[in-house]
Amino acid sequence: MAIFSVYVVNKAGGLIYQLDSYAPRAEAEKTFSYPLDLLLKLHDERVLVAFGQRDGIRVGHAVLAINGMDVNGRYTADGKEMLETDTFKLHCYQTLTGIKFVVLADPRQAGIDSLLRKIYEIYSDFALKNPFYSLEMPIRCELFDQNLKLALEVAEKAGTFGPGS
Amino acid sequence: NKDLFVLTYGALVAQLCKDYEKDEDVNQYLDKMGYGIGTRLVEDFLARSCVGRCHSYSEIIDIIAQVAFKMYLGITPSVTCNNSSKNEFSLILEKNPLVEFVEELPAGRSSLCYCNLLCGIIRGALEMVHLAADVTFLQDRLKGDSVTEIGITFLKKRDEKKYRGKK
Repeated sequence: MAIFSVYVVNKAGGLIYQLDSYAPRAEAEKTFSYPLDLLLKLHDERVLVAFGQRDGIRVGHAVLAINGMDVNGRYTADGKEMLETDTFKLHCYQTLTGIKFVVLADPRQAGIDSLLRKIYEIYSDFALKNPFYSLEMPIRCELFDQNLKLALEVAEKAGTFGPGS
Repeated sequence: NKDLFVLTYGALVAQLCKDYEKDEDVNQYLDKMGYGIGTRLVEDFLARSCVGRCHSYSEIIDIIAQVAFKMYLGITPSVTCNNSSKNEFSLILEKNPLVEFVEELPAGRSSLCYCNLLCGIIRGALEMVHLAADVTFLQDRLKGDSVTEIGITFLKKRDEKKYRGKK
């Protein structure tokens, strides 16, 4: 999963929701010699495998590095606030009411800004409209969990792409 | 279709009238309930309408009238500013869907603010974005006035520095 964690922080700074789902990305390293047995194509600034599945490299996988040099160059500045390291990017969205939504994702994951807005909508729908949920308290709403996970899946599919992935 | 909502609201007010003898109590209860709704509704409003930070009270009132009222009640009240220090405003409602089926207030209930829920909602919503305000009905068609007017008076902002200092 390219999105590692989602946290929701209330006005007082307390953590009211946490979702951690880290699964290491499948990465394969293989040595090729010319000519390559893979057919590569350029899709939205990424180099993807279009044909030639073998040895753990499947159609839709992106080329990350060649001879140890990282292929993907610059990252676009995303999100209201952001912290970037080489293993993850932390995005934060603070609402006008003081609630903070924090997402930890793969540095290559795109579309986190719209994901943060979507999480805000899901929060307003399934947490706030639940008459038995008290504001600022930990969120224990099944519907919120479900819809959040769905939104994460959609965001991941939209952010990483390629035929058959 | 708003009918179910309007009828539910009517049933709510009718029940409150049975539960409480004094008009002030019913009004207060409606305001309290509205406050609870407002504190939640504001997040839904902000999430869906994508309005940004406002820089003046009149901007906020305009957004309440033109975006929020439109979104939730399908009406757009007009806005007037009532004083020179620009912190007292009025929303004039030409049409009010909540009172569609109400002819007049019952006898003995002449100071009932039928739509006081709306006042509570506005007050709760503003408080969640750190604006203290007094919201009351200044005029009410149901009481014989020509229009329905909601008065909003902004009180001194709390924590002004904290929220002005956004990077």
